[in-house]
Amino acid sequence: MVTIAVAGASLAGVQAAQVLRRQGFDGRLVVIGDEPHQPYDRPPLSKEYLTADEPDEERLKLRATADPAALDLDWRLGRAAVSLDLAGSTVVLDDGEAIAFDGLVVATGASPRRLPGQDPGAEAGDGSSAATLLELRTLDDARRLRAAIDGGATRIVVCGAGFIGAEVAASARQRGVDVTLIDAAPAPMDRVLDREAGMAVADLHRANGVDVRLGVKVTEVAAGEDRAGALVTLDDGAELAADVVVVGIGVVPNTAWLDGSGLTIDDGVVTDATTLAAERVVAAGDVARWPNQRFGGSLMRVEQWDNAIDMGGHAARRLLAELDGGQPEPFRPVPWFWSDQYDRKIQLAGVVGPHREIVQGTMDEGRFVQLYADDDGRFCGALCWNRPRQAIQARQLVADGGTLDAARERLG
Amino acid sequence: MKVVVDFDLCESNAVCMNIAPEVFEVRDDDFLYILNETPEPALHEKVREAAERCPKQAITLEG
Ligand SMILES: Cc1cc2nc3c(=O)[nH]c(=O)nc-3n(C[C@H](O)[C@H](O)[C@H](O)COP(=O)(O)OP(=O)(O)OC[C@H]3O[C@@H](n4cnc5c(N)ncnc54)[C@H](O)[C@@H]3O)c2cc1C
Ligand code: SF4
Repeated sequence: MVTIAVAGASLAGVQAAQVLRRQGFDGRLVVIGDEPHQPYDRPPLSKEYLTADEPDEERLKLRATADPAALDLDWRLGRAAVSLDLAGSTVVLDDGEAIAFDGLVVATGASPRRLPGQDPGAEAGDGSSAATLLELRTLDDARRLRAAIDGGATRIVVCGAGFIGAEVAASARQRGVDVTLIDAAPAPMDRVLDREAGMAVADLHRANGVDVRLGVKVTEVAAGEDRAGALVTLDDGAELAADVVVVGIGVVPNTAWLDGSGLTIDDGVVTDATTLAAERVVAAGDVARWPNQRFGGSLMRVEQWDNAIDMGGHAARRLLAELDGGQPEPFRPVPWFWSDQYDRKIQLAGVVGPHREIVQGTMDEGRFVQLYADDDGRFCGALCWNRPRQAIQARQLVADGGTLDAARERLG
Repeated sequence: MKVVVDFDLCESNAVCMNIAPEVFEVRDDDFLYILNETPEPALHEKVREAAERCPKQAITLEG
């Protein structure tokens, strides 16, 4: 029987498995995931899961696996893939099991970057500051953070104002916690937004009572005086006492298990334009880096929900084409992400460009549509605040190669 | 197949409408309307994709 192995049992991997079945793959489908939980959705972890009166873990489960029997998957949950033998077409798991495959989907995602001394397994009260240093990627992380807030944490320092840090800050504020949000960059979400829009995010947090400090770095996190909390020192000399420190300084792709496998690893698993990483091996989601032909073929690694699903499905079809001799297609999506903070829905469709203009609303109102054009004046993206429908229209327009004029007309 | 939407979760972004306009419509009032709760088999593939791509996971398909 033909075997396809999927490494990583989250959004991209589960979607790949689902599409493989839907496309008629009736061989053995082994799904390997190192988390003990049934696959679940991450975006609510920094939002509803923290703010709700009662967090609803049942709701987090990925719909596709709500009925695990339906997909007829051979699960390996709570088990990590530790190595890949390309020549022998075998994946080895942490308990020594070797899974020989005809096709492999690499979907092991990414993990938070850590500060020196950070140890997510540390127990409270051991006298070090480690137990107060939290991160947010997994359900277990979210349980820890939620428990800290439920347990009466009143001061949280969030290091990193990317979208996870900004969402944690917003959710903690909504729970009445005093929040300090720190970033080394001059504006929040600086990697994805234009500077002015980033400053609008800073204003939003300040208006909600967050102490936002930009252009500063954390130099030390020491145990607090009462040994329960932490003392955070910044490079401008400021010292902040905190019950909990949440570190959100970006993620690194989970590729350690692929070292020495022969796959090209460079800030992710590098694939060709069709998501193929090697013969009969595809990669998808946060772990994958590929040349997106829609944007000049430069290598992209996208850490976004919709991309994980889209790419998981694409990789599944690509793998079947590889096995059946079908026609491979390039993966050339228009990226799109959203972030919910307070009552704002922030959405970016496409990519930010040097030319920008607001065609609807104003930043002050917190409700606007801003268009972007690239160096050649071509429409390349739109930022929408509390205009979710326009974001999806903008995405479609970029996909269709719409002009700036057409975008002004449709979205203005 | 029966299409059920949890309107408490839906944020009217019209992702679903972009994929399956025969079944989902977000109108100018910014509310989502389900045009056809029991779509015919020819539409099932699209409706399934719409449910998968709904970022709020607000769409459930029964049966
Ligand atoms: C708190 C939070 C909020 C988010 N909010 C948004 C949002 O609002 N909008 C948005 O667009 N995106 C959001 N995202 C991003 C989105 O969730 C990710 O892009 C998506 O989860 C990527 O899916 P993935 O399957 O590629 O990787 P992951 O979700 O990272 O899954 C990879 C899985 O593989 C497992 N794994 C790793 N190594 C191994 C191994 N060796 N063997 C077996 N298993 C392994 C991991 O434990 C994990 O379970 C958010 C992410 C987080 C963490
Ligand atoms: S995709 Fe989901 S959130 Fe968006 S309009 Fe449809 S049901 Fe609502």
